[in-house]
Amino acid sequence: MTTELFEYLLRLGDNSLVLGHRLSEWCGKSPILEEDIAISNTALDFIGQTQLWLGLAATVEGQGRSADDLAMLRDVWDFRNLLLVEQPNGNFGETIMRQYLFDAWHVLLLDGLTRSHHQEISAIAQKVVKEVRYHIERSRDLVIRLGDGTPVSHEKMQIALDRLWPYVREMFDVDPVEHTLIEQGLIPDTSTLRAAFDAEVLKTFATATLTLPSSNFAHLGGKSGKRHSEHLGHLLTQMQWLQRAYPGATW
Amino acid sequence: MYAQMVTSDPRDETVEDQAFQARIDAGEKIEPRDWMPEGYRKTLIRQIGQHAHSEIVGQLPEGNWITRAPTLERKAILLAKVQDEAGHGLYLYCAAETLGVSRDEMTEMLLDGRMKYSSIFSYPTLTWADMGAVGWLVDGAAIMNQVPLQRTSYGPYARAMIRVCKEESFHQRQGFDIMMKMAKGTPAQKKMAQDALNRFWYPSLMMFGPSDKDSVHSAQSMAWKIKMNTNDELRQKFVDLTVPQAEYLGLTIPDPDLKWNEERGHYDYSEPDWSEFYDVLKGNGPCSVDRIETRKKAWDDGAWVREALMAHSEKQKTKVAAE
Amino acid sequence: MTEPKAPEWPLWEVFIRGQHGASHRHVGSLHAPDAEMAIKHARDVYTRRKEGVSIWVVPTTAIAASNPDMKGPLYDPSDSKPYRHPTFFDIPKEIGTM
Repeated sequence: MTTELFEYLLRLGDNSLVLGHRLSEWCGKSPILEEDIAISNTALDFIGQTQLWLGLAATVEGQGRSADDLAMLRDVWDFRNLLLVEQPNGNFGETIMRQYLFDAWHVLLLDGLTRSHHQEISAIAQKVVKEVRYHIERSRDLVIRLGDGTPVSHEKMQIALDRLWPYVREMFDVDPVEHTLIEQGLIPDTSTLRAAFDAEVLKTFATATLTLPSSNFAHLGGKSGKRHSEHLGHLLTQMQWLQRAYPGATW
Repeated sequence: MYAQMVTSDPRDETVEDQAFQARIDAGEKIEPRDWMPEGYRKTLIRQIGQHAHSEIVGQLPEGNWITRAPTLERKAILLAKVQDEAGHGLYLYCAAETLGVSRDEMTEMLLDGRMKYSSIFSYPTLTWADMGAVGWLVDGAAIMNQVPLQRTSYGPYARAMIRVCKEESFHQRQGFDIMMKMAKGTPAQKKMAQDALNRFWYPSLMMFGPSDKDSVHSAQSMAWKIKMNTNDELRQKFVDLTVPQAEYLGLTIPDPDLKWNEERGHYDYSEPDWSEFYDVLKGNGPCSVDRIETRKKAWDDGAWVREALMAHSEKQKTKVAAE
Repeated sequence: MTEPKAPEWPLWEVFIRGQHGASHRHVGSLHAPDAEMAIKHARDVYTRRKEGVSIWVVPTTAIAASNPDMKGPLYDPSDSKPYRHPTFFDIPKEIGTM
């Protein structure tokens, strides 16, 4: 159980670590000042969540590692984030579409985690879900505004949706790690959340005048760690460089 | 500090000018709808605008290290600090807009070189220790300038400065904290810290502007309380405050002629290379071209977003009107 | 560049009531395409997302202000709007080429 729990907490922590990192790349370069500040706020939320989830993971593992050790000293094959979050930022539209698809799942997941039988998981989820309810308000609103904005923005959002849709199913795919934890009442069964997710995104895309891709094909391999994309390696060379180049130093 | 290359218009004082000066001398705040000399308005637009540009361009040298911050905590702190700079830029643009110029116009003037930003941000950040040096020295210098500006004569500018100063409190401290960890860390970290100080010392001194004897247009700005202290006054204060801090860190300021002058009660120090300063102002700083290119790219790449969000709002307005 | 400029986002004045405060206070301004986004941005910019605050946003152009109570030559009654119209900035000739 501890192994599965550790694995699962890495999944949660790595999602917020990688996505927070991606969002922080926008700092100083957003389309408008107000958005720069808003995206940075979201990135800060994710960094905070990372410290909580990876911190708990380290405690559960019980081998004296810290959240920073986990973040900065693992290689690609040990990362457990979804493929969706390691996709590059692309243009602002792709970033917002990636954010919305993640938020729509994240808010449902966290709501379920507040009812976890694991006290610390429940406590973290209760704190984090408040931030994430704001995240989805923001990203949903932007998807609608950009989807139903100008012909140029509409096209960019449609391209973004087409590109990212194949990464959705991984969020709801229940594997043996999750089966074990579901049986113990530690995490919700995400396959049961799919209907609510679909209702949410279909409504948004309709308002945004966007067309849902017809293909059901899904890329997998991120949260299992079996096969990440090439993007993750480059991300880690940025993120981990200092700790790797100057091992053992205090910062 | 942000009025580098602001000139003032020497002309005959009218009755209105004198009455206006009397208000300033009495410590009254000038508000947007009040009468003001054209020179006052234009000087403020340039100074506040360039102060705002400095905050925005200033996001870039530190933003350069957010993705490479060595721990989660350092990452969060640095991101929060750089986000603050964006916020400060926003408050300042809004203050400048009360004077009859729009944010978009000021942005255009930055991007085509008609308006400037503080010289310091044309220098590169090359190591993590630079994050320490920037917070410690650059924010330190900025704070020294900003605290007195809370009492500047123009209301919106003063209020923006009050808000900025409240948020600035942790900026310098986090930089100094980084320097402390580095200076007391591994030999490589200590070397990194010294290298950062070597590269940022003179550019930080340059932030205060040319020496008073070469700063021809200060008098009018001082009379109007747009400028609160002379360049040399602030620079001396900065040196006096910073030298003991460097000593505490065990680092050496790269000035062999730096020494305490008992008679004056201040440190004697070497002037920076002013020809380098003027080169930077002309756009020949190490990063000048990169900084503007980055801002231009962000602006251009973001055009479709700004247009789309406006278009959506317009569409909604039309829909509501039709109902 | 000869393309027509896109309309600039309008300016909004922001008023915030803190958690235990009484009246809303003017805290500053920001640009947003409409009221809904102005409120969202105000939350991010002026409260850094503290909970329990109440936010008002008002288009700057909607604010009616009293004339400054000035006597004599300083009184300028020409404006009815609180802020002057944006004009193109004249670069003083002394600046030269920049």
